[in-house]
Amino acid sequence: MTPPTFFDFYSLLPYIILTVWACILLLVDLYIPKGRKGITAVLAAIGIAVSLGYSITQTGIEARGFTDMISLDGFSTFANVLLLASGLFSIALAYGYTKRMGIERGEYYTLLLFSLTGMMLMAQASDLIIVFLALELLSIPLYVLSAISRKLQSEESGLKYFLLGAFASGFVVYGTALIFGATGSTNLSVIFTQAASVGTSNLLLTIGAALLLVGFGFKVAAVPFHMWTPDVYQGAPTSVTAFMAAGAKIAGFVALFRVFATAFPSIASNLTDILWALSALTMIVGNLIAISQTNIKRMLAYSAIAHAGYVLMAFVPYGNETVSATAVAAGLFYLAAYALSNFGSWAVVIALEKSEGRGLGIDDYAGLAKKYPALALCMTVFMLSLIGFPPTLGMVGKFYLFRSAIAGGFTGLALIGVITSLISAYYYLRVVVNMYMKEGDPDVEREPWLGLTTSVTAIATVVVSFVPQFLFLLAYTAVLR
Amino acid sequence: MVPIEYYIILSVILFSIGVAGVVFRRNPLVIFMSIELMLNAANLAFVAFSSVLKSFEGQIFVFFVIAVAAAEVAVGLALIVEIFKSKRTIDVDQLNSMKE
Repeated sequence: MTPPTFFDFYSLLPYIILTVWACILLLVDLYIPKGRKGITAVLAAIGIAVSLGYSITQTGIEARGFTDMISLDGFSTFANVLLLASGLFSIALAYGYTKRMGIERGEYYTLLLFSLTGMMLMAQASDLIIVFLALELLSIPLYVLSAISRKLQSEESGLKYFLLGAFASGFVVYGTALIFGATGSTNLSVIFTQAASVGTSNLLLTIGAALLLVGFGFKVAAVPFHMWTPDVYQGAPTSVTAFMAAGAKIAGFVALFRVFATAFPSIASNLTDILWALSALTMIVGNLIAISQTNIKRMLAYSAIAHAGYVLMAFVPYGNETVSATAVAAGLFYLAAYALSNFGSWAVVIALEKSEGRGLGIDDYAGLAKKYPALALCMTVFMLSLIGFPPTLGMVGKFYLFRSAIAGGFTGLALIGVITSLISAYYYLRVVVNMYMKEGDPDVEREPWLGLTTSVTAIATVVVSFVPQFLFLLAYTAVLR
Repeated sequence: MVPIEYYIILSVILFSIGVAGVVFRRNPLVIFMSIELMLNAANLAFVAFSSVLKSFEGQIFVFFVIAVAAAEVAVGLALIVEIFKSKRTIDVDQLNSMKE
């Protein structure tokens, strides 16, 4: 056993900064008077920004730390930057919202930072022990955050998320145990060499990998493991929901890809069909149920499920070496595009939300365009991006995804993707129709950070769609090879 | 020495009982106990594999699982108590304030 070196710690630098900052913040928060917890929010945002800065300086550096338990590479750096940016957006959304809803507490931001560290660790883990720890570090603060407003719906959402999340981690742990039994190690690269030698017929290994997939399927809300999503997303405070929808999804997918691409390419032939079915089911069920929703939070929850299906599409050809790099780059690109439209649309939802859950019906958006044309325009951009309609980032992302699915020989899956996107236009456009063509008198909270988030994400969604190559190139260079 | 298969079969049985408990029971406390059973089934498998493979990694994992399970208990029980305070029941079938 060698003692850790400087490079071991360097590979975890953004993570260490954030953890230490969160611990200090927990103490500092004690001296910040009640009602001025906005200071805590700003301090937390500074911590994330510092960590983001260091994370960006790690671009292009590859290292392995702590006897190969942690890896730092382009993939983890891309994910870290994406996650830290999501963290910044989450704090911007929470700043005014928590005050308005009377749930402004210092713990909110500390818990958010801890959850964010878990998400980042998911991207860097190269050992199943770390994957499990990161998964729990991500989840446990999120359970508390969902229940933080202490209203019945919020508590209910917290309990449901907790029970299903713990259930999912049971699958992850048992899957890991079987994989350990089959290969004698929990290290991803050792598993890879062992798995290649035991072949595709090893039952323990295949069942273990499938159980891991079930566990992660719960985390990223893939059908049929999605039952918790609508209730949890609806009941949790909206600022938490936005964080959960983007952050937990990115982290889940990043870990899923890291584990499957590093450890299990040899049993891809066993898993491709399962992934195909998961992806197709998720797209179909998510989009179909979303049609009948009248509550915007519930609708966006089903939309989040559907989008998990689109990203899963990038995983289907993971065993095929010629296309997997492009496919995963498309997946990363789509996650970035989804995160932007996601935060934008949740910001608009927060702007219209009133206390006691009023202002959340899709009918409440009637007349928004007349009274607040800029906000309605932004919401239209996000809805179009979620459909995949030009000129938005969502359209480019879907184009890359479908292209890579076809290149991998999964034309049927791409076709399902196109058809479900068309179906999704119905319920996304209903919001737009309500805003522009119906009479109503909506009331909007004007908060500077909320407005900033809305406009930044809307502008980025449109502008980047004209120069998507640079983002795709970033994602492509980030992919593990 | 007891063959490894016995341990694995026992752990599969325990895991299945745990999954069945989560799916069929309606009391969050019982569901939670079932989840613990799933985790401990995995622990059993880890220790059994670990002794056969002469590797310590499995045993280390068990300690992590135990520690994390303890953290989960702390959060989970707090949530259940909070729900009971505001609703006076913890039956998961009655936690349906968000059904349309």
